[in-house]
Amino acid sequence: MSTHTSPLGSGRPRGLWAGRLFGGFLVVSLLIGFLTLGALLAQVLLDGYKWVDPVLFFEPPSADPLIAGARPAILATIYIGILLILFTVPLGVGTALYLEEYADRDRWYNRLLEVNIQNLAAVPSIVYGILGLAFLVRGLGLGRVLLAGAMILTLLVLPTVIIAAREAIRAVPDSIRQAAYALGATKWQVVWRQVLPAATPGIATGSILSLSRGLGETAPLLLVGALTYVSFNPTLLGDFTALPVQIYQWVARPQEEFRTLAASAIIVLLAILLALNAFAIWLRNHYERRW
Amino acid sequence: MVTTPVSVTMADVSVNIAEQKRELPAKEFREVVFDVRDLGVSYSGNQALEGVSLEIYRNFVTAFIGPSGCGKSTFIRCFDRMNDLIPGAVVEGTILYHGEDLYGAQVDPVEVRRRIGMVFQKPNPFPKSIYDNVAFGPRVLGMNDRLDERVERALHQAALWDEVKDRLKAGALSLSGGQQQRLCIARCLAVEPEVILMDEPASALDPIATTRIEDLMHELKRDYTIVVVTHNMQQAARVADMTAFFSVTRGDEGQRTGILVEYDATSKIFTQPSDKRTEDYVTGRFG
Repeated sequence: MSTHTSPLGSGRPRGLWAGRLFGGFLVVSLLIGFLTLGALLAQVLLDGYKWVDPVLFFEPPSADPLIAGARPAILATIYIGILLILFTVPLGVGTALYLEEYADRDRWYNRLLEVNIQNLAAVPSIVYGILGLAFLVRGLGLGRVLLAGAMILTLLVLPTVIIAAREAIRAVPDSIRQAAYALGATKWQVVWRQVLPAATPGIATGSILSLSRGLGETAPLLLVGALTYVSFNPTLLGDFTALPVQIYQWVARPQEEFRTLAASAIIVLLAILLALNAFAIWLRNHYERRW
Repeated sequence: MVTTPVSVTMADVSVNIAEQKRELPAKEFREVVFDVRDLGVSYSGNQALEGVSLEIYRNFVTAFIGPSGCGKSTFIRCFDRMNDLIPGAVVEGTILYHGEDLYGAQVDPVEVRRRIGMVFQKPNPFPKSIYDNVAFGPRVLGMNDRLDERVERALHQAALWDEVKDRLKAGALSLSGGQQQRLCIARCLAVEPEVILMDEPASALDPIATTRIEDLMHELKRDYTIVVVTHNMQQAARVADMTAFFSVTRGDEGQRTGILVEYDATSKIFTQPSDKRTEDYVTGRFG
């Protein structure tokens, strides 16, 4: 910019080109992800928006795409979501509390537990599906029922819930625990009345994000026997399908109309997941604490 | 023994002490609250404090001073058994609390902390309302009747009531640092402890807030026994009746261990210390 020489520099920053090149690279990598996602989303919306109608929500699937809906799948996804929360939150928070507040890290079994939870979070979901088939469906004799599906998704998302809950619990400053202890609170009172309430927003956010991951899973449900064609409302111990499974089935059909139907079901699923994620973000922003 | 530049400093301190006009009761009229005998603390085998013996008297303000790492904070945490919460911490020797061994086998640390309150260096209010902060102690101890009165009384005692009476339901974290610290004092007073331990209670505060805390200590010692750790010698001179000076010794392998050098009336510690190390410290030649 400047034409005269300044004591602060020649007016031409060093490493100008390297900086621009790197900046350009960053923009390109951002755009690749962003545009791909955007194109996919636009495609789905264009394909499916006109079929997001009462028929989709209130009718069971049918061989005739014009009257086919996804009511059993949508209901089952809602049931699975509720069960997931009921199962994962107590188990996940309990495990996290044990590891953070009670476990003696010098004991080998506690360290083993920690390492395994990290590993479990990285296990592919299909492996959980095989476990579910062998252990829940056959071993426990539950059969191919909705409860088995919810239980296997619980196992799948539990490690992420535990990790998120541990982070939230660890973020509660030790000075809070000290203050409570110094007032004569017992360990139970410190954990239950101070640590847990302070960690709740973080735990809720993590749990909801994990839930939305669980609801989008298809592979483990297929293995524990989610059926692709269910025309009645799901029950806890009955045959079931779920939105991702329904989508998978419709996409695989040769008729063009079913793919349109699949696109509209995808819109519903995405809307559910985005709503959950938005709620998690709102929770985080609303209750976030600065210590 | 006293050189010229030194005497100037000492004179300053003497003036401070003279202002307080404190006349300590003779030894036979003092009631011993804590009788510490040959106390030592180690963390995972590292000796942090060694061979401390002293007596803490009722309705006295007792200050612990000394350079960083001399174990004064470690020491004060022995009185309410907060060191129990640190893995690897071992306390040796005895502390008698009204004649009863604080570390006796049948003593419940939780019970100890109900009688002996603590205020920390950094204000640490709970992320709850002002009211709930003060009410927490009574609630966990089951002192639920007339809770409102109890909260109000504690806030009065901590000289905070007038500033917060219209917003008891407001979040405690919205208060200023000095107010937060007085809230922590109120929280501690709400369970009616006998002793209040203060671990550098004003070190994170500005001078005005510090003065308020010091004034409060003068007020509170009528009803409570106060033990305060401070790195601010002027503060010790201003508030304390008795002062203990701690220092650091280095072991053969360079490990640092805190020891008690001298324990006496504050005026004596600051004007006629009997130990050369105390004199060097209070006159600013060391530490």
